[in-house]
Amino acid sequence: MFNINYTFHWNQAFRALPDMLEGALITLQIAVLSMLIGIVVGVLLALAKEARFAPLRWFANTWIEIARNTPALFQVYMIYFGIPAVLQLAASLFGIDFRALGINIFYLDSYWAVLVGIAFNNAGYLAETFRGGLRAVPPTQTRAARSLGFNAVDSFRLIVLPQMFRAVFHPMTNQMVWAILMTSIGIFVGLNTDLTGITQELNARTFRTFEFFALAAAIYYVIAKIVTGGARLIAWRLFRY
Amino acid sequence: MIEIEDVRKSFGSLEVLKGVSMTVETGEVVSVVGGSGSGKSTMLMCINGLEPIDSGRILVDGTEVHAPGTDLNKLRRNIGIVFQQWNAFPHLTVLENTTLALRKVLGKSKDEADAIAVKQLEHVGLGDKLKVYPSKLSGGQQQRMAIARALAMEPKYMLFDEVTSALDPQLVGEVLDTMRMLAKAGMTMIVVTHEMAFAREVSNRVAFFKDGLIHEIGPPAQIFESPERPETAAFLKSVL
Repeated sequence: MFNINYTFHWNQAFRALPDMLEGALITLQIAVLSMLIGIVVGVLLALAKEARFAPLRWFANTWIEIARNTPALFQVYMIYFGIPAVLQLAASLFGIDFRALGINIFYLDSYWAVLVGIAFNNAGYLAETFRGGLRAVPPTQTRAARSLGFNAVDSFRLIVLPQMFRAVFHPMTNQMVWAILMTSIGIFVGLNTDLTGITQELNARTFRTFEFFALAAAIYYVIAKIVTGGARLIAWRLFRY
Repeated sequence: MIEIEDVRKSFGSLEVLKGVSMTVETGEVVSVVGGSGSGKSTMLMCINGLEPIDSGRILVDGTEVHAPGTDLNKLRRNIGIVFQQWNAFPHLTVLENTTLALRKVLGKSKDEADAIAVKQLEHVGLGDKLKVYPSKLSGGQQQRMAIARALAMEPKYMLFDEVTSALDPQLVGEVLDTMRMLAKAGMTMIVVTHEMAFAREVSNRVAFFKDGLIHEIGPPAQIFESPERPETAAFLKSVL
């Protein structure tokens, strides 16, 4: 385990840098996609939570409660292992055996399981953020919009939403950073193309654990910094008022 | 023509309109005066359907506002309303504030909408503020922008809900001037106001509201000089 004679071999790590950067791209891709899905679903959940139709409220509440109060790893696990198993079981109760048919329709590969799992998590967190943001937009804004003849959807889309996004922009940036770092749990469902997955494979091959993981951490750090910096730039550009 | 017939409305157990009836003819300016909480503002919200009513009915050019099949979005294009809190859209420039509904509600092209908006904004003295965000404007300027934004839709009616009440005293005059100009141009207006001198000057008729009812309605000379009801006299004595 602990080797007192450990000597650093940074060259080996730096030689693997192109591979690791390729992994970083996959990491970023999962984070961005999960964030986009999370924003859209998060807005819908925030609205559903205020809906008059009770089942819609229950649905949103359940989603938000699970997303915010269970480990993200558990959520990814459920999507990768749990839900396919339950669905297979449910199907077999109706006498359908998809496995016998050679079809595995409920099974997501590790990339999609991580993407869907993190999107699920993002949506839950963002829904609560958005709800707070919506409260920050005075109801008189909707009133003014409706009185100009905008229908309910346009009033929300053109007047309320842009103001809400300003109010929640910084918490949204945090969520984005969080999403990037969360992708590393893909390793538990066999994701081997993202930054952590590639790093682990290099480690397994070379046992240069410290060098590879230190380098990976540095790359995560730089990505996170670029995202927050970029977000600040976007905010400066968008919210001049 | 706006016809209000025996309208009643409650918020919970509080009845704010207790059978209000009033007719406003096209081209007429009617001011509505009365104490705070007497139901004046609520009545305006009912006219363009922003508030539902419990009984009675309101007709705008013969269309019943609260009938189930009424297209309120379409109806509202004919009724401009300006609020006490001016409600500028903070994320849009003065020009964008004024053109948004023209483009998205009336479907006008950008050039067309810009031309209309610029004309209206110049009219209210904001021709040099087109690219400015509302946060950089004074209350009076924001309120004038709100008037221009409503007028750009070319409504047949304009409703004003205590539009000078939230303004600093020195800014009231510029907003009243804008409304005076509009009244002279023949716009049909219902003006809820605390500015008695203004009501007296521009109105064809003045309605006195108290406790959810119109106690008296008539020409300014009648209301201000020889009110028929003791409630009217008492109110005027308290504010003048």
